Amino acid sequence: MFLEQLVNGLAMGSIYALITLGFTMVYGVIRLVNFAHGDVYMFAVMACVSLLASAHLPLWMTLLLAPVIAGALGVALAWSTYRHLLNAPRINMLLAAVGVAIALENLAIRLWGPQTQPFPSLWEGRAIVLGTTQISYLQIFMLVLSYGIMLALNLLVKKTKIGIAMRASAEDMTTARLMGAPVMQVVYATFAIGGVMGGVAGIQFAMYYNAAYPMMGFVPTLKAFSAAVLGGIGSIPGAMLGGLVLGLAEALGAAYISSGYRDAIAFAILILILLVRPSGVLGRSTVEKV
Amino acid sequence: MPVRALSDRRVLAGAFGLLLVVAPLFSSNQYLIRLLVMSGINILLAMGLNLISGVTGQLSMGHAAFYGMGAYTSALLMLRLSVPFWFSALAAALVAGVFGVLLGIPTLRLRGDYLAITTVGLGEIVHLIFLNWDSVTNGPLGLPGIPAPSLMRVQLGSNLAYYYLVLVVDVLVAGSLFRLARSRVGRALIAIRDDELTAETMGIDTTRLKVTAFAFSAVLAGVAGALFASYMSFISPENFTYSESVTMLLMVVLGGMGSYWGAIAGAGILTIAPEALRVLSEWRMVVYGVALVVLMIVRPQGLFGSGFTEKKPVKKIKGKASESAELKAPVGGGD
Repeated sequence: MFLEQLVNGLAMGSIYALITLGFTMVYGVIRLVNFAHGDVYMFAVMACVSLLASAHLPLWMTLLLAPVIAGALGVALAWSTYRHLLNAPRINMLLAAVGVAIALENLAIRLWGPQTQPFPSLWEGRAIVLGTTQISYLQIFMLVLSYGIMLALNLLVKKTKIGIAMRASAEDMTTARLMGAPVMQVVYATFAIGGVMGGVAGIQFAMYYNAAYPMMGFVPTLKAFSAAVLGGIGSIPGAMLGGLVLGLAEALGAAYISSGYRDAIAFAILILILLVRPSGVLGRSTVEKV
Repeated sequence: MPVRALSDRRVLAGAFGLLLVVAPLFSSNQYLIRLLVMSGINILLAMGLNLISGVTGQLSMGHAAFYGMGAYTSALLMLRLSVPFWFSALAAALVAGVFGVLLGIPTLRLRGDYLAITTVGLGEIVHLIFLNWDSVTNGPLGLPGIPAPSLMRVQLGSNLAYYYLVLVVDVLVAGSLFRLARSRVGRALIAIRDDELTAETMGIDTTRLKVTAFAFSAVLAGVAGALFASYMSFISPENFTYSESVTMLLMVVLGGMGSYWGAIAGAGILTIAPEALRVLSEWRMVVYGVALVVLMIVRPQGLFGSGFTEKKPVKKIKGKASESAELKAPVGGGD
């Protein structure tokens, strides 16, 4: 039982980590709490639901298609909406993101209906059995895929030019620009990467729970915020850590404490961290300059 | 000249006030009166939210939680303990206010963006409690049969009676808020929004004021909730969701964050518009979402606000260097 919950937690944690990474990267670069983060990948997943039904898309292809759709949607939103608000007071961009989120959620409800749609999963039900514990092929796949992507992201951010530009912009946008970093490209790239990772996470999510519905991005966005703050917002290793811890906390909490208030665990963590150590586990304490 | 202008305004205000009081007596259009009552309730919500989010700058996106707490408190007291409306409404205000304080305290250290998402989370938790705490709130089935207020054995159940009740409450609240706006406290709140650190340096007790503002906005929402519960005679968790919070926020943003008149205008518009545009009713929230985005890009100060068009000096991410060098002086706080 414990081992099962552990695997469960790690698997969900890896999904949360992917979502949190995209979220924290956007915050790091343009200081936007992206309320619409989850809704972007939700839209991609719902689009895949339609495509699976109507175009008989092979299931594995959704793992490629959803990230592309989500990434494209993210960039489109950045270009059409957030771009105009980069120099406005931060609250304006925040409210715009809220507007985008609400619009996307309700648009999805109009397009696909509010009900939960079934979503098939790879390797339906097949699992490795170790004594009394079952570890499904899907869980193993999720772990491998997600950690693989996170490794790739790490390489991207450390070794590639755009990655270095991203880190520079996150640290100090003005100076990065003065040093020649193409900051607008960085902004778009950040949204694209966030969308791509969100898309992968979203599909895995849908497969894991065999469900897809318009509000499926809402609560994960809040959880991503929790996880990001836990790990230190703006920090990439922090996001990975935060996502993982959150996944484990949820799995173990839901199993041993109560499953009804499962979602509340994330909020409890958030409030705790904000009271105790707002800069997060791996974050830097930013000194407020007058 | 100024004296004449002042008395002109007073005459206008008096005429408008008279209209508000007398007009509904001549109208047999119950639908219209219902709309006005709902507008009145929403005005309370918007003014409360405006106080904490617009004037003090603490973005609260879980306002529906206080609304719901007030409604459930009042409804439960009336239904289970046969408490008269006036006391249950008072209790509703108190309960909401206490939660406002409880909410205000941990969020003190949080900056705008963190605060916003935290309030969303808290709003969700409250919604979950309304849904799951079956034994008390009756869960998703809601609470039917909530009685109307009665004054000296006379039930104030009719639309018209309710209209006057809400009107009186609104006038009292609006009056006190307008006085607040012109007082030291009102200006202090604006100072907190504009630059908290400086406000603290100038001797303003930001902690106490922020918590107080939160509490007061919660109290207003609680009263609105009590009024709502008795008016609709039925409440359920679905009346107090995140969508509701966003709608309230849109009322404030549309009217102009920080503007007291703006809150009134925004509440009125967003109560009447969905009715007028019935044909779009299924797309309402999509429209609201898009409206919020468009407002932020095109006219972030809404109708009557004035504080949200400042550009950050120097740090422009793209665009001409000459523009970015301008240091715009902050525009005065909204009325």
